[in-house]
Amino acid sequence: MATLEISALRKRFGTIEVLKDIDIALEKGGFLVLVGPSGCGKSTLLNTIAGLEPISSGEIRIGDQVVNHLHPSKRDIAMVFQSYALYPNMSVAENIGFGMEMRGVAKPDREKAIASVAKTLQIEHLLDRRPSQLSGGQRQRVAMGRALVRRPSIFLFDEPLSNLDAKLRVDMRLEIKRLHQATGATIVYVTHDQMEAMTLATKIAVLKNGELQQVGSPDEVYNRPANIFVADFMGSPAMNFLRGAITRTDGKRHIALASKDALPMMIPIPASADATRLNEGDQVILGIRPEAVNDGESVDRNARSVVRFSANVDIIEPAGSDTFVVLKIGGKEVTARMRADADVRVGQSNTFALNLDKAVLFDPTTTCRI
Amino acid sequence: MSAVDLVTSGAGRRRIGPSLTTRIVIYGLLLLFAVIYLVPLAVMLLTSLKPLDEVTGGNMFALPRHFTVEPWARAWDEARIGVSDTRGISGYFFNSVKMVVPAVLISTLLGALNGYVLTKWTFPGHKLVFGMMLFACFIPFQSVIIPMAVILGMLGRLGTNLADLTGWSFGLGNSTVNLVVVHVIYGLGFTTLFFRNYYATFPSELIKAAMMDGASFFQIFRRILLPNSTPIFIVTVIYQFTNIWNDFLFGSTFAAGDSAPMTVALNNLVNTSTGVVEYNTNMAAAIIAAAPTLFVYVIAGRYFVRGLMAGAVKG
Repeated sequence: MATLEISALRKRFGTIEVLKDIDIALEKGGFLVLVGPSGCGKSTLLNTIAGLEPISSGEIRIGDQVVNHLHPSKRDIAMVFQSYALYPNMSVAENIGFGMEMRGVAKPDREKAIASVAKTLQIEHLLDRRPSQLSGGQRQRVAMGRALVRRPSIFLFDEPLSNLDAKLRVDMRLEIKRLHQATGATIVYVTHDQMEAMTLATKIAVLKNGELQQVGSPDEVYNRPANIFVADFMGSPAMNFLRGAITRTDGKRHIALASKDALPMMIPIPASADATRLNEGDQVILGIRPEAVNDGESVDRNARSVVRFSANVDIIEPAGSDTFVVLKIGGKEVTARMRADADVRVGQSNTFALNLDKAVLFDPTTTCRI
Repeated sequence: MSAVDLVTSGAGRRRIGPSLTTRIVIYGLLLLFAVIYLVPLAVMLLTSLKPLDEVTGGNMFALPRHFTVEPWARAWDEARIGVSDTRGISGYFFNSVKMVVPAVLISTLLGALNGYVLTKWTFPGHKLVFGMMLFACFIPFQSVIIPMAVILGMLGRLGTNLADLTGWSFGLGNSTVNLVVVHVIYGLGFTTLFFRNYYATFPSELIKAAMMDGASFFQIFRRILLPNSTPIFIVTVIYQFTNIWNDFLFGSTFAAGDSAPMTVALNNLVNTSTGVVEYNTNMAAAIIAAAPTLFVYVIAGRYFVRGLMAGAVKG
C-alpha cells in the first residue's frame, strides 16, 4: 500500500494554475524525487504535501488518512528546508527538541531522543552550540536531525543541498542515501539537479509548468524518457536530437537524417521505437545520448544495432574522466562522450559509431516518444 | 606566509585614505558641530552648579567659584511648580515614569505583533491596513486633540459607571491611564512600521518550520520571533521612550495639576512669575527632565544604529 498518494491534485494562485492534475503514489520506504526547472511547481507540490499551501482540488493521502485539511504538524511528516531554517536563538539540542517540546513530550524523553538522533548523525559534540557557530554541512545535519527525531511516516526535503559547495554536496548526497538505506524512511525530495535526482531516487517525477511529464524509476526516466523535455532535462551533457524522416530503402525502413548535404545518412529504426506506429514519410526526431556516440573501437560490443560513420571533429572538451567531442551529423552538432585517451584531434576526420540500442525516437509534433 | 600575503605585502602597498588637508577639514568641521551641540548643555550644567548670585552676576561660561548641588536638591523637592505646589519636580518625574513605561512596553509589543501578522500571516488587504496605520505617523497631533478629548471623556464616563457597578473603574478616567492610551495609539504607527520592516526580512522558512513543529500562532511569536528581534526591539523602545517622555502637547492637554508629566511640570516651573527667576534651579530641573532619555541612549545607543541599519537594508 502506498504511504503517499496524490490524486488529481490541482493548485491555483488566483487564475494561474500552478499544479495541473498531479497523480503520484509512493510506496513505503520509497525515495521520490521531484525534479524540474525552476518555476515548474515542484516546491509548491512539496508545500502542499507539507500542508504549508492549501490545494484547490484533489486529494493527498498519507498512510490511510486524507490529509487535505490537516495542519502541517498533524500530518506525520517532517521537513528539511533549503535554508535549513534552524532557530537562531536556540542551541542545536533545543532546535532538535523544539517539536517534541511543542507536543508536550516530557524532558527526560526528549533528551533521550535528542541524544540518539545526535549519535546517528554524529553531531553529539555540537548539541550546545548555536546554529550561527556551525558550518554549512553541520547545519544540514542538524536540520536532518530535527526531522529524524520526529520519526515521521514521510520526510520532505526541499532542495537541501543547494546551499552547499560542490564537494560537500556530493558528501551529503551520499549521507542522505545512506540514511535512507539505513532507516528505510519514506522520502519526498525536491531538486532542480538531475544528477541528484538520478543518484538518490527510487522514483523520479519530472515536472514542467505544473504538469507531470513522467514518473518512473531513474532507469526508465533516463533510458525511456516520455518526451523530448524529459530526455533533454535528464542527463548531462544533454541528449542529442537529430531530425529525420522514415524512408524505405532496399525493402527495409530506415530513418533518413535531415542533412544539408546531398546524401542523407541512413540509419535503422531503433529497437526502442514502436515500429508499427511509423509510416513512410513520417517526420521523427532521433534522440541519442552522448555516451551512445563513440569512436569505432570502444562502442559497446554487445550492442545489436550500430551505425558507423565518419565525421570531422569540431571541438574537444577534455573532462578528465571522459573527453567530450563535438562533431556534426548532417550539419547538426552532436556531442559524443569518449574515453579520456581517445585519439581525436580538432579538424581531423574520425570514425564514429552510434549505438542505436540506446537511441529513442520522438514525434516532432507531440514531442512524445514513439 | 600564505601566497596572498606574499602578493599584498611589501613596498608596493600604499596607505589609502584622504590627504592631510582633507582630514583637517573633516575633523575641524566635526569638532565645530560637536561644540555647537555641546555648548548649551555645558552652560546648563555650569549654571546648575552655581549659587544664584553667581549666576545673575557672572559670566555664563565661567566655572562655578562656589560649587554647589543645592539647586539640584531644590529642583527635585522644593521648587515651586505652579501656584500652590512647592514640592519640586520629583512627583512629576514619577508621573512621567508611570506613564512612559507601560506606554512604551504596550506600544512596542503591539507593534511587534502587528509586524508579525502583517508579514507572516498576511490576509487580503493587509497592505491597505498597514497604509492606514501609517497615518498615525504622519497625522499632526494638534488635529486629533479635540476628538481624542471627546473619546477620553467617554472612557472616563465608562470608568465611572464601572466603578458604580464593580467598585473599580479599571483605571479609566485616570489621567495617567489616559496618557498611556493616547501614546499607545499614536505610537502604534511607528512601532508597527519598524517591526513590519524588520520582519519582512525575517526568513519565512523559520515560521514554516515552527508550524510543522506544532507551534501555535503565539508560541511562534514568543519563542521564534521575539527572541530574534533584539535590535529592532531596542530601536523601538528608544524611539518610543524619547517621544513619549518628551511629549508636551498631550501631557498638557490631557493631564492637569498633580498628575501632569515631567515636561509640563518643567514648563510650569520655568514660567513661574513670582519672585526671582532661579536660573540654576531651572537648569537643574531641565537636566533632570532630559536625563532619562540620555540614559536610554547611552545604554542602548550602540544597538540603535545597528537596528536602524537592520531595518533599512531591505523591506
